[in-house]
Amino acid sequence: MKPAAFDFVRAASIAEATRLLAETRGEARLVAGAQSLGPMLNLRLAQPRILVDITGIPELVRIEDESDAVTIGACVTTANIEDRRLPGRGLDALASVAAHIAYRAVRNRGTIGGSICHADPAADWVSLLCVLGAECIIAGPVGKRRIPAEAFVVGAYENALGAAEMLEAIRVPRLSARGRCGYYKICRKAGEFALAIGAVLIDPDRGHFRAVIGAANGRPVVLADMRELRRGNGKLDETAVTRELDKNGITDRIGRRQKLAALKRAYDQAAA
Amino acid sequence: MATFGIGASVLRKEDDRFLRGRGQYVGDFRLAGMREVAFVRSPVAHARLRGISVPEQFRDAVFTAKDLSGVKPIVSAPPLKGFKYSVEPILAVDRLRFVGEMVAMCVAPTRAEAEDIAATVALDFEEMPPVTDMLAASAQGSPLVHEEWGDNIFVEFNEGAAIDTVTKTAAIKVSRNIRTARHCMFPMEGRGVLAYRDARLRYLTLVTSTQFPNSVQTGLAECLGIEHGKIRIISPDVGGGFGYKGLLCREEVALGWLALQLDHPVRWLEDCREHLTANANCREHHYRITGYADADGKLLGIECTGLVDAGAYSSYPISSSVEAAQIANLLPGPYVFSAYHCRSAAVATNKCPIIPYRGVARTGVCLAIEVVMDAIAREARLEPYEVRLRNMVQPEQMPFNNVVGKHFDSGDHPECLRRAVEAIQLKNIRERQKRAEPDGRMIGVGLSFFVEQGAHGTSVLASWGRPIVPGYEQANVKLTADGEVEIHVGTHSHGQGHETTYAQVAYEILGVDFAKIKVIQGDTLYTPYSTSTWGSRSMVYGGGAVATASRLLAKRAAHIGAWLMQTDASKVTVTGGKVVAGESSVTLREVARAWYLQPQTLPAEIDTGGLDVTAGYRAARDSGTFTYAAHAAVVAVDPATGVIEILDYVVVEDGGTLVNPMIVDGQIYGGTAQGIGTCLYEATPFDAQGQPLASTMLDYMLPGATEVPAIRVLHMQTPSPYTEFGIKGLGEGGAVGPPAAIVSAVNDALRTLAVEVHDLPLTPERILAAIENVTSHSDQG
Repeated sequence: MKPAAFDFVRAASIAEATRLLAETRGEARLVAGAQSLGPMLNLRLAQPRILVDITGIPELVRIEDESDAVTIGACVTTANIEDRRLPGRGLDALASVAAHIAYRAVRNRGTIGGSICHADPAADWVSLLCVLGAECIIAGPVGKRRIPAEAFVVGAYENALGAAEMLEAIRVPRLSARGRCGYYKICRKAGEFALAIGAVLIDPDRGHFRAVIGAANGRPVVLADMRELRRGNGKLDETAVTRELDKNGITDRIGRRQKLAALKRAYDQAAA
Repeated sequence: MATFGIGASVLRKEDDRFLRGRGQYVGDFRLAGMREVAFVRSPVAHARLRGISVPEQFRDAVFTAKDLSGVKPIVSAPPLKGFKYSVEPILAVDRLRFVGEMVAMCVAPTRAEAEDIAATVALDFEEMPPVTDMLAASAQGSPLVHEEWGDNIFVEFNEGAAIDTVTKTAAIKVSRNIRTARHCMFPMEGRGVLAYRDARLRYLTLVTSTQFPNSVQTGLAECLGIEHGKIRIISPDVGGGFGYKGLLCREEVALGWLALQLDHPVRWLEDCREHLTANANCREHHYRITGYADADGKLLGIECTGLVDAGAYSSYPISSSVEAAQIANLLPGPYVFSAYHCRSAAVATNKCPIIPYRGVARTGVCLAIEVVMDAIAREARLEPYEVRLRNMVQPEQMPFNNVVGKHFDSGDHPECLRRAVEAIQLKNIRERQKRAEPDGRMIGVGLSFFVEQGAHGTSVLASWGRPIVPGYEQANVKLTADGEVEIHVGTHSHGQGHETTYAQVAYEILGVDFAKIKVIQGDTLYTPYSTSTWGSRSMVYGGGAVATASRLLAKRAAHIGAWLMQTDASKVTVTGGKVVAGESSVTLREVARAWYLQPQTLPAEIDTGGLDVTAGYRAARDSGTFTYAAHAAVVAVDPATGVIEILDYVVVEDGGTLVNPMIVDGQIYGGTAQGIGTCLYEATPFDAQGQPLASTMLDYMLPGATEVPAIRVLHMQTPSPYTEFGIKGLGEGGAVGPPAAIVSAVNDALRTLAVEVHDLPLTPERILAAIENVTSHSDQG
């Protein structure tokens, strides 16, 4: 379990990193915390010719404080977020979810950008950023573009980045004072990848009523308006949720039970 | 005043280096010119190997079976009637029998480069249908792992006889099918081998992470066809064994051979993938068990068929017979009944070999019999502990021979169970169960009770079948020229703390400053031949040998001391590091200096053996010591998610005289954590093609700090009548009790849903599936 030989380059700027990607035509891989790519290299599942380390690029570790959002550089570590380095209000969910991602040793190195680029369906950042309505800021040879997190994650281990593009930052809107985010994951043990994830955002002042069912077969199931899933008494309508599971091909009996349970609990937190 | 003798919780001598990161493991040895080895391993479970092609530029760096001419395969054939032996080539010759089987050996300056070479080696093979399950493997018409056998049965045991009388009359009859999962053993350090030729001492030297230095020496001598005297095995600091390092590895033979061919040292360090898939697994049993009882829950008889999924080969020197043998004769556990019939078998499959893990078959048999006891309790409408109490040996019956002739040496089983029931606060839990939990979870309480036969001697092991049977254990104890004590033992501590506990034994007898007692192990050049450390035998046998040698040494010192004081040897005693005669005394240091440095002061008739004694030990009765324990667990089961949390865990254990209670607690905590792993987390599943599905730590789950509760340990101490100081073996019990106790608790939690689960591990999916099955059945009804 040692990687095949590769060249190692430390990029100093986004321009240099994207130029390397363009020049090497798919033979280079970007690396930050190496918590997902590292094991894949060691198992020789990934055998890039060049590894481009992007952790020395200043823009990628920035945290920008805006009145209604925060922009988090792709190389900000999960531990930084857990330790509440994000300024201002309305971002509590990020810190509390971060605290339960894998183990501290992984969080110290693993980055928020690396996680969403890796697009493991069971990863917490994937589900949470989708439910919060985060935007991914993408840099490429011809400039920048922005797409919603749910469009960034295309499928299991698949993202929307073009060949010479890279994720620069993630912009996460702040919750309003009355806004609530619920998040529940079912894991066999603390720190392991989830068997099921439920995430719910209820923020009436901003008109957001979103729900995500994560650890699904591919990309997370995002319900842009989850009010349809509520019954008159304010409780979650299990039949409606089951319909969504059907629609998204989540057919495994046990998996359905777990996803329903996770979503119910996330909803109860958000609606409390 | 601090004491360091038997019964003192002395801090461990070895921890000074371990906790400072100064331990010395195989991976810490770096010899000049050393090269690294990577193996090409079988990618398929069953195939005819037709050819191996090696690129021209790597011809000199790759070795295959053709190169290993003269090297004999590993054959572990116990002298048991009907045992079918497997021939395990060091590198595959013409058949591949499990994923991970070694095919070629690649040498390079670094491991990464050795893996680069390994990736260029191409195998030409023709796949054959694999046998991946013990039930299918034992059915007629199954593909054969070893064609020449005619079936897939390594060996079969039959204990007891047909129990017809009971089956007809019993008021209660309960039958269950139970399956324990194949999983891995997880010492913190994997295996590793460094091999080199020692030109000065003329040894082929292997530095290897093993529990069994001498067994590796013997096995290696047989495979390489060279004499014992030309092989030196060093097992330095070893980071845990649990059985995983209790065998001769193919890698040890391969690297031993390689070192004889090359001019430089070679090393192989097992990686995690090899550990998880290629070397050895454990625990995979299947039981079809029926219990018979009268209406009051009195056990009348047990009938069982137990299978062990033993994998493709019989490992040396343990052999694939041991677990099946244990099933047949340990299944009755602590209970008193008269009608017993058990057929057990070790079944070959296209998977890596099963070897005994801490507890060996006891973990499975404890689960099987305790599931039956719980089922009888339900039928009899009794508390599960009450049914157990009704079927136990009473203290006044000790020593007691059970239905299969196991000789329980001492103890008070009912008292142990009562203390566990009290400590787990059974009454409070029953009250709590009457109310619904605010979070919707369901609470259950469960128990297990078992005896742990440890320190078995010659007679027991000879009947279970092994190529190497233990006999006497020896220790060398000597006084150095400046009065320190040096102890050389053939047992091997890989976490047990023998450097401390053997020193406690010597201290008890000699009373020398505890800091000046040193224990040396793990090098066949300096230690007595031994079957080493396994089966909870070292403290009884090794400790017994240290005690015997220390007493002889004390006698020798007493003679010299008496002469120095000009008194009669019969008038002196050795105590507190001195030879004492009434008011006067000489220190053992003075005795040592006289013997080594000033022999002219001693008389001509002094024993020329001096202050260096090797002596052996065998217990007064070698049928084993019987530690026993009750485990009690409280769990919360979430019926919506299937997740189980252990809320409380109690162990009440009687391990005889405890040499170091702190170390015993450590044994129990560690073992219990592993038992929790067996019950709730650990599994190495295989697909229909025989591919292992847990090949990285992403897929293989171990309990961590958050999953292991604060285990409450209570001790009883009933000495064994047969051993030195009354010590009993107790290294494994922690890992025996948890699956039975937790399964019992989970089924107690789910009893209102009429759900019962028995197959391990109890994953959330299994719990939910069991609930679904019951619900969908009742929907239809």
